[in-house]
Amino acid sequence: MAALRALVGVKRVIDYAVKVRVRADGAGVAADGVKHSMNPFCEIALEEAVRLRERGAVREVLAVSCGPPACQETIRTALAMGADRGVHVEVAAPDYERLGPFQVAQLLAALARREEVDLVLLGKQAIDDDCNQTGQMTAALLDWPQGTFASALTLEPDGQWLRVEREVDGGLETLRLRLPAVVTADLRLNEPRYATLPNIMKAKKKALAVLAPAALGVELAPRVTVLRVEEPPQRQAGLRVETVADLVAKLRESGCI
Amino acid sequence: MLRLVGTRLARKWWRQLWAQPLAKPACRLPYYRALPRAKYSSQKDPEPGSFVRSTFNGQLVPDHVFPFPSVLTAEQTQFLQALVDPCARFFQEVNDPAKNEKLEGIEEATLAGLKAMGAFGLQVPEELGGVGLTNTQYARVVEVVGVHDLGVGISLGAHQSIGFKGILLFGTRSQKEKYLPKLASGETVAAFCLTEPSSGSDAASIRTVAEPSACGNFYTLNGGKIWISNGGTAEIFTVFAKTPVKERTGEVTEKISAFIVERAFGGVTSGPPEKKMGIKCSNTAEVHFDNVKVPAENLLGELGKGFKVAMNILNNGRFGMASALAGTMRGVIVKAAEHAAARTQFGSKISRYGAIQEKIAHMAMLHYVTESMAYVLSANMDMRVPDYKLEAAISKIFASEAAWHVADECIQVLGGMGYMQETGVEKVMRDLRIFRIFEGTNDILRLFVALAGIEYAGDQLKRLQKNLLKPAGKVGAILQEIGLRAKRKVGISTGSSLQGIVHPDLDGSADLVTKAVDLLGEAVESLLLKYGTKVVDKQFHLKRIADAAIDIYAMAVVLSRATRSLSLGQPTAEHEKLLCQTWCHEAFERVRGNLQAAKSPPWTQSFTNKELISDAVVQNGGVLASHPLSF
Repeated sequence: MAALRALVGVKRVIDYAVKVRVRADGAGVAADGVKHSMNPFCEIALEEAVRLRERGAVREVLAVSCGPPACQETIRTALAMGADRGVHVEVAAPDYERLGPFQVAQLLAALARREEVDLVLLGKQAIDDDCNQTGQMTAALLDWPQGTFASALTLEPDGQWLRVEREVDGGLETLRLRLPAVVTADLRLNEPRYATLPNIMKAKKKALAVLAPAALGVELAPRVTVLRVEEPPQRQAGLRVETVADLVAKLRESGCI
Repeated sequence: MLRLVGTRLARKWWRQLWAQPLAKPACRLPYYRALPRAKYSSQKDPEPGSFVRSTFNGQLVPDHVFPFPSVLTAEQTQFLQALVDPCARFFQEVNDPAKNEKLEGIEEATLAGLKAMGAFGLQVPEELGGVGLTNTQYARVVEVVGVHDLGVGISLGAHQSIGFKGILLFGTRSQKEKYLPKLASGETVAAFCLTEPSSGSDAASIRTVAEPSACGNFYTLNGGKIWISNGGTAEIFTVFAKTPVKERTGEVTEKISAFIVERAFGGVTSGPPEKKMGIKCSNTAEVHFDNVKVPAENLLGELGKGFKVAMNILNNGRFGMASALAGTMRGVIVKAAEHAAARTQFGSKISRYGAIQEKIAHMAMLHYVTESMAYVLSANMDMRVPDYKLEAAISKIFASEAAWHVADECIQVLGGMGYMQETGVEKVMRDLRIFRIFEGTNDILRLFVALAGIEYAGDQLKRLQKNLLKPAGKVGAILQEIGLRAKRKVGISTGSSLQGIVHPDLDGSADLVTKAVDLLGEAVESLLLKYGTKVVDKQFHLKRIADAAIDIYAMAVVLSRATRSLSLGQPTAEHEKLLCQTWCHEAFERVRGNLQAAKSPPWTQSFTNKELISDAVVQNGGVLASHPLSF
């Protein structure tokens, strides 16, 4: 049964600890010279795939990232965490800025077919655009079953079915998916490991293929246009009132009562 | 008289404080890349000498400091970036400094994590199971450790920076293959055993003995070592002991040799963990050797050359302290800055007040200098600069005192909050106090810097004197030297300058370095002329000479770094310019003051007074002056 192959998406995002700033031209956020790291939900998805391989349920874990050359650092991190092979779909700067869930889903679906994988494991969303669409769209494009927001994952002994536990409002929902399938990882699925220094060294020697989107037969035409990115409005300073009467007067003044 | 300086100085006790620099590289560095050799070197030697040493002769030899050395290849940089992130996250998320301190040990899970991380073999070559980091890469990784937990840092440092560094530097192939893989994985832990109850700074006076057997197959080791970091947890010890050595004359003398000793040999015992002021999670214990049979093949380095082994290990490990403490300072400055920005008193944020601003600015400068020293030093070592011992000593002195000062001022900025355990800075302060004491106290290292520099200057004077007596063919050199010295005497700069080497915006600060070097050369010369060989006993003077040399080196490294930033147009270049200019101004004023003190009669009187005061207090067993209330 240990014949499954898993494909894991690892997105390079601005690090969660960085204070994000809007670019002066209002077309996006400043990313130059800013610390980037692997999207935390992608880390969880990758950890799950590596654990499945360590348990013998998966034969090979393939880490994929779509974007500029710097994405290779993220793939190297994935390889250091235990992925076997990396694929970098190189999308240069102007196209990358317009790259949305739909385009990424097309790339992932094409790769999943080409690599004949049985399981696509993705983060439920990326912490930069918070789209939460890529997994769903990938499943639709492949016409595979999907289990989103997974908080536990078990492969049935026959290797044909996957049980996915999902955190839904009011409790847990368990789905049974027939493979191949798409699963997106929620926060509590696992706690990802740290890449150790010896594994980071070994990762340097693992294979990392670079592909152009055209090689996967995917057109990157954007379907969404970003009009403007703005900082959230600054919160106005409050004021202190001494008595209830003052409060009522102020509320009346501002038309609240 | 001058002729005596070199020979007599050489015999003195302090000479033992340092050994000859290591001829072979510290580790395998296949990427060695020569920096473009600067044209401006004032020395004609094929290999430019140490920056610090040359300043004692009033010379500027900028080659190893300018341009700011950069030794990492693109691939090494990328690899390092990949390492730093998981290390930092590990320390943020897994390691708990407060818990370690309470436990007086490192938590099991953390320790296991550190071993899996590869943190026990950072500089062990890859083929022997380590991570194979260069000195610069190691410096950057231990900086992360320094930000978070110096106690863990000491445990790791005692293991690899000194514990098994001797095997890495001096071990035979079979010693390396036998010991390094297990040490690198953390399966075994190492410790460095030099200090004894009667032998601290005076390391040559150790009493532990290793008696060779008649068959020559083993040594019998007897003696006791104290305050050994990892002493209670280590399996592998680098031990220094006296051994009989046959001289060429046939005479047998006692000399120090180094040995690799396994706890498993039998007869090795360790005491209970010592209770310490700080770095409590690191184990410190006595280690006793009772008729331990050490196989002859476990001799480390040559027989009788143990002192050199010890000094090279310590010398080689100092860069890591500087970078770790740069990390510590970076960490506490975050706390001071956050508090200053958030705390309101008298209607304003306290960061608006000069009293706080001066502290924070000073903290930032001390950090900038330490960090610059750390990475110049580690790069110099990676470049295989042959002589870096004075720079290493200065980096250790400077880093440990800067960190102490920064932690102290951070607590002051935080006020009452700073004094609370919960804030975490008081622990940092207790942890880092030891850095001014261990691996060569700062006092001893100051004497070492001053005397090594003075000896060099004395040799140069001696050579001048020889040439004067036998001037054939050396007229040019003599005239040049006499010219330099005459110029200095009348207060004209000798003309060795950093102009054209530093960024034009920093020319003013660079001039101060030139002036300071002139002043140091002149002060050293006048001390030599005045005291001759007796200068070795003038510790009051020597301390001030050392302080001047430290400040000069500090000025040079920040000038180099700020120059690089300005030249590359880095986003923080203007800020670094401020740090550099301000530092150079203040450092120059100190240099002038210290060198003035080293030769002015009122100060000489003051030194004599201090001798008398100290003698009286020591004789009385405490303060002598009568109480103002007379009871």
